[in-house]
Amino acid sequence: MSTAQQVLGTGRTIAADAPRRPRWRVNLQGSDTTWAIAFLIPYVAVFVAFVAYPVVFGLWMGSNPALYDLLFTDPRYVTTAINTLLFVAIGVNVQMFLAFLLSGFFMNRSWWTRSLLVVYLLPWALPGLVVFTSIHFMLVTQWGLLDSLWRAVTGQDGPLFLVSTPMAMTANIIAYIWKWMPFWTLIFLAARMSIPQDIYDAAEIDGASGYRRLIYVTFPLMANIYLICTLLSSVWTLGDFPTVYFVSSGAPARMTDVLATYGFHEAFDFGYPNQGVAAMMSALPLMIPLVILLMRRIRATGVQL
Amino acid sequence: MSLAVTPGRPVYRPRYRKRRLLSRAAAIAGGIGLLIWTLLPVYNMILMALDADADEFTGNIFPPDPDFSSFASVWNEDYWLMQHFWHQFANSIYLGVATMVLTVLIGSMASFALSRIRLRMGWIVTDFALLTYVLPTAFLAIPFVHIMHKYGMTDSLWSVVAAMVTFATPYAILILHQYGKLIPMELDEAAKVDGASPLQVYLRIYLPLMAPALVVVGVYALLLAWNEYLYQYLLLSSDRSMTVAVAINQFFDSDEAPWNYMMAIAIIYSLPPIAIYFGLRRFMVAGLTMGGMKG
Repeated sequence: MSTAQQVLGTGRTIAADAPRRPRWRVNLQGSDTTWAIAFLIPYVAVFVAFVAYPVVFGLWMGSNPALYDLLFTDPRYVTTAINTLLFVAIGVNVQMFLAFLLSGFFMNRSWWTRSLLVVYLLPWALPGLVVFTSIHFMLVTQWGLLDSLWRAVTGQDGPLFLVSTPMAMTANIIAYIWKWMPFWTLIFLAARMSIPQDIYDAAEIDGASGYRRLIYVTFPLMANIYLICTLLSSVWTLGDFPTVYFVSSGAPARMTDVLATYGFHEAFDFGYPNQGVAAMMSALPLMIPLVILLMRRIRATGVQL
Repeated sequence: MSLAVTPGRPVYRPRYRKRRLLSRAAAIAGGIGLLIWTLLPVYNMILMALDADADEFTGNIFPPDPDFSSFASVWNEDYWLMQHFWHQFANSIYLGVATMVLTVLIGSMASFALSRIRLRMGWIVTDFALLTYVLPTAFLAIPFVHIMHKYGMTDSLWSVVAAMVTFATPYAILILHQYGKLIPMELDEAAKVDGASPLQVYLRIYLPLMAPALVVVGVYALLLAWNEYLYQYLLLSSDRSMTVAVAINQFFDSDEAPWNYMMAIAIIYSLPPIAIYFGLRRFMVAGLTMGGMKG
């Protein structure tokens, strides 16, 4: 409402300020197109120079089939690929489901849930580098904060989190969820709030309440958003770098690398950039279908990101 | 019947009271759990920064004798790993602000061309923007570094600005496109009839009316540049161009381990995003809800 009033208000002033004769009424179409192209040039230049060229260059770097023979025979790569799949499959789904439940929790708009929401969203604003380093130190050695807490509660030494591969991988996934769940909770919360109350009232009259309301009313209405968010998060998680790089740093013995950190080490520590690119490219068979599905969903439903 | 008398107010019967209290207690317990879950890593940072003998882990849950000297040391730059701290901090600010300004400028120009002048083939640009937004940035890192060598932009803050603008602009275009739908086209047409050129429409009508969305986009770009690590690490190496994010990671490469200094830097580095979050939270949240995401 206020936006519309603001819009109209400003519009009147400008119209009153500029009572000049139309200059470019003639040849309107041509002039407009020229202007539009002029306005688009900066973005197109950025896109060509820093997206299209690197993408083509990357495809060229990873185009040698011999790279993939080498890649698939590397046992570390196989571990990395499995880790990445686990990271995406578990991390994304647990995160989305919890975010969905928590968005319901935050629908209760009492003063303390509002304040809690403000604090809860903090990880989203903090630099990944900083928080993941902090989480790394919580886990590392027998004297990290988690071990200290463990000792305070049970009186015994805690587990060495970054020595066992499953535990280190779990730590990565939990850290990832810690950082990104607030973001998705907020999106689900916005989606829930845009569901009109009338629908719930109608459902109430039809006898749906409690968990039935969740299953038969809320979830069907949110299903589309849920699917789109899951797809988007999957693609992003597939290429996630900072979580694993800082939290487990691949420990123990590079057994918890994911594709992004594996490619990073290949390219910049061992000096095989083409091998690194090939590792990233090996995600394409999974990524392309996800992106196509995502783009189709977005276009079909008119959801804007 | 009672519903008809007091519409909208739930009717509580005594036997439900116990259940209501229980569910309320459960909600509060969950809330406290959530609070601890969220703040634990943050607390760990403070704990480590306040621990003076931080090269060994002491296993304390509370700081035994809180020591703020690490912050003073960072402030005075009196340790060799942080002797350029304020220069690095200035670099980080420079990087963030340059990204913000360029993203707002390029994004608003592009979205003006796409949604106000309505170029016929504009959807191609929008689709490519969406595709760039969806793709994970780390996958582009290796070829990007090679390209920067070709452009002769290595070890320059502008190479990182270029990367960040590249990744922030698609979001800017999508958000501005969405928000621009709220502004009636009749305004542009009225201005055109009055003789305004598209440039004037852009400067005098589009930009002022889009101001809230421009703030959203600017905050997004600033935080993206501030919180991103990989590209800064790969593209910046000399003392002259290094940012705080890269400097923090240098502590891992050194033989000594003054983790309290490292965490003090990390906390100081987190303050601007925290301040932006608390000050401009409405705009950050609006960026998510305004963009739609409402199916």
